[in-house]
Amino acid sequence: MGSLLSVTDLTVEYPTRFGVFTAIERINLSLEPGEIHGLVGESGAGKSTIGAAIIGLIAAPGYIANGDVKLHGESLRSLSADAYHKLRGAKISMIFQDPQTSLNPLLTIEDQMVETIRQHSDVSYSEARAQALALLEETGIRDAQSRMSEYPHQFSGGMRQRVVIALALCTNPDLIIADEPTTALDVSIQKQILALIRELAQTRKVGFILITHDIGVIAEITDSVTVLRGGKLMETGKTAQVLGTPQHEYTKALMAAVPRLDKRLDRFSNILQDEPDLPTPELLWKVEGASDTFATDWLLRGERQAAHDGPVLSVRDLEVTFNASGTFSWRKSEGFKALKNINLDVMPGQVMGVIGESGSGKSTLAKAIVGLVRPSAGQMQFNGAPLPYGRDRGRNHAARRKIQMVFQDPYSSLNNRRKIEDIIGEPIRFFGLADDRAERRKIVASVLDLVEMPQRAMLKYPHQFSGGQRQRIAVARALVARPEFLICDEPTSALDVSIQAQILNLLKDLQGKFGLSILFISHNLAVVRQMSDQVAVLKNGELVETGAADAFFEAPQHAYSKLLLSETPSLASIAA
Amino acid sequence: MLAYWRRVKIENELIYLFLRSPVTQVAAIVALVSVLGALLAPLIAPTNPYDLASFDLLDSFYPPSWTDQGDPRFLIGTDDQGRDLLSAILYGTRLSLLVGVSSVAFAAVLGTSLGIAAGYFGGRFDAVVMRIADVQLSLPAILTALLVDGVTRGIMPREQHEDLLLVVLTVAIGLSLWVNFARTARASTFVERNKEYVQAAEIMGLHPMRIMAVAILPNILGPLMVIGTIDLAVAILLEATLSFLGVGVPPNTPSLGTLIRVGTEYIFSGEWWIVIFPAMSLIFLIISVNILGDFFRTVLNPRLR
Repeated sequence: MGSLLSVTDLTVEYPTRFGVFTAIERINLSLEPGEIHGLVGESGAGKSTIGAAIIGLIAAPGYIANGDVKLHGESLRSLSADAYHKLRGAKISMIFQDPQTSLNPLLTIEDQMVETIRQHSDVSYSEARAQALALLEETGIRDAQSRMSEYPHQFSGGMRQRVVIALALCTNPDLIIADEPTTALDVSIQKQILALIRELAQTRKVGFILITHDIGVIAEITDSVTVLRGGKLMETGKTAQVLGTPQHEYTKALMAAVPRLDKRLDRFSNILQDEPDLPTPELLWKVEGASDTFATDWLLRGERQAAHDGPVLSVRDLEVTFNASGTFSWRKSEGFKALKNINLDVMPGQVMGVIGESGSGKSTLAKAIVGLVRPSAGQMQFNGAPLPYGRDRGRNHAARRKIQMVFQDPYSSLNNRRKIEDIIGEPIRFFGLADDRAERRKIVASVLDLVEMPQRAMLKYPHQFSGGQRQRIAVARALVARPEFLICDEPTSALDVSIQAQILNLLKDLQGKFGLSILFISHNLAVVRQMSDQVAVLKNGELVETGAADAFFEAPQHAYSKLLLSETPSLASIAA
Repeated sequence: MLAYWRRVKIENELIYLFLRSPVTQVAAIVALVSVLGALLAPLIAPTNPYDLASFDLLDSFYPPSWTDQGDPRFLIGTDDQGRDLLSAILYGTRLSLLVGVSSVAFAAVLGTSLGIAAGYFGGRFDAVVMRIADVQLSLPAILTALLVDGVTRGIMPREQHEDLLLVVLTVAIGLSLWVNFARTARASTFVERNKEYVQAAEIMGLHPMRIMAVAILPNILGPLMVIGTIDLAVAILLEATLSFLGVGVPPNTPSLGTLIRVGTEYIFSGEWWIVIFPAMSLIFLIISVNILGDFFRTVLNPRLR
């Protein structure tokens, strides 16, 4: 039993119109002062529900069906709503994912902190202000005295999260629940925030419950960890032990799916596969003659470029400027340079990984290549022929078919009002790749087979599929155009790790089968490591380093690349 | 069949919420009765108010049949010309609904196409369309309708104008309603056009017309349908107002507006039924359509729930 917090047999249920849904089932958890306990699991595992149950903020109509939560040995469930409200904030605080929304944008930092302090203790304004100042300094806000009177929007993302943490400390709590505190932040800032949390746990003896989907974060700072899946507890124990020598099958599969930074694997193996369905009519439904071998043959039948020696895509001195002129403005403004001086060559059949933090211009590069964004200077060549910019590229230009793209968010990249058959069939129809409707149908069914989806999926609508399945459909849509060059813009960042591993495996298989050249964009270094032959690092719109992937990950040259590599949380830290 | 219905009852959002909202159910029934009565008027109405031979001036001013001087032939009484009021209301609702639906359809087609194009292309086209919409919005709906009616009255020979009266009325009402559709369509298109499925279509080089019609339109239909239902009530009311003012349908043609206008002349002389029954039908129809529109808005926009 933990002396700070102990949760026993906690069960939370939500009545829905489909019957009672059990969000978490018989969860046990204990915490000592100064301990950081991680809750890790994929979406729908019930991580956030546990946090909400401890702090007593389960959203109606949900309720605690069973079990108990004890803080300092005192049961919280027997408390009245009023007493709970007093306790919340005084003893338990919470840090949310998005620092943008957890601060009131209309109040200064000083107002928000002083108000919180005076809510919970009877002190004068100046005393409260002095306390707030001390807290801001403690959480690493430089020049706190003057910054206190600023508004949240004047702080950067990382600084704002520090303010949120200072706010959580205002009442001197014993327990802080941090729900994905670093998910919205770049790796370098994530590293600093995690260090701050660790420091607070040690100096103040505050217990932390850290909710995250990122195993790297868990490995980096937690003392103990609980692995959850579908609301059930899979495995719990000391972090080094659980992640180092996992006992439960699920933990093993989860660990196998985490992309490694230290070496490149051919494929992810031993990962969690979707449950093999029983041969229901659903799965037996087939379009006549459709199969994955047909899809492979059909995709390979397309005319290939006669062996061209040089790079598939070559970019020279590319520059993209935004907001150079307004609709009705008669003065040309300076604009913002999203990309400067980009030089890049992608060789046939190779994968070029593009790494960069948010705002580095990764997506702009992709959009410039596919013609969605008009570059302001530079040249692009595709298969040795110049590639026209933006709208200058005619609708019937060959590159419209040969360059295809897989987007980041599978929830917005498929048209929700069209059937899968129409979504995948659109490129076939538009590029005239099939003679009639029946042939198009056969191709769609076969390509679905190829991306490991049941053929019957073509009769359904996108909302009937999960994120991973949607991404497979998006890959199928890109594939039927018979592209030579594929751009993947963060194709897995919206997915859980086990699904990410499946999609990455699929992309590797397809790349090998069809000899595709891929531009693979990601902020996740480990994912890029697994996918790429070549690597390019972008920072603030400039290319800081390019080179062969293996050499890059062994010994990066540029200072920024070194920084990125060292700050990515990795599983290596549990060994130490 | 029963099992299927049970599943639909739970899984279909619209039906699930409908079965849990008694107010909406009552509104749906009232609207259905009005629409059916209007559609089937030639079959169920006791007399035909367009047929001059079917009514007699001697029958005028009969009160409802349950009162002392009532006549069992006329369930809710007769008007100043001896027309059966029930038949007149049924035929009147028919006309009001016809004008209402067609003017909303006109406004929806005009407004939606301009709105999607403005949202998709942006730039100057967008600026011009939306400034026109702003001008339109600063004119009261009734003024637009009066203006169109007056202008056509001026440029068309009298007989031709009589023939085209319904078309003129429809265009007049439609013109004052298209702005709602255009603004909503434009705003929703702004949101949709930056989504990745639209970009995917653009990368392939699909024609903008196809992107707008096949990709964007189905995705913004929800809010437009809500505007459609709410505007239907507005259009019916506008028709009644115009007819009441004497610039809508000719006074001898029964529509809810003309009936109310005739009725007001007699309200102080004791013949209350001539105005009360048409007015009640109008009020019930408008309220029920509004409630249905509100229901659709709640269902289609989860944030309002």
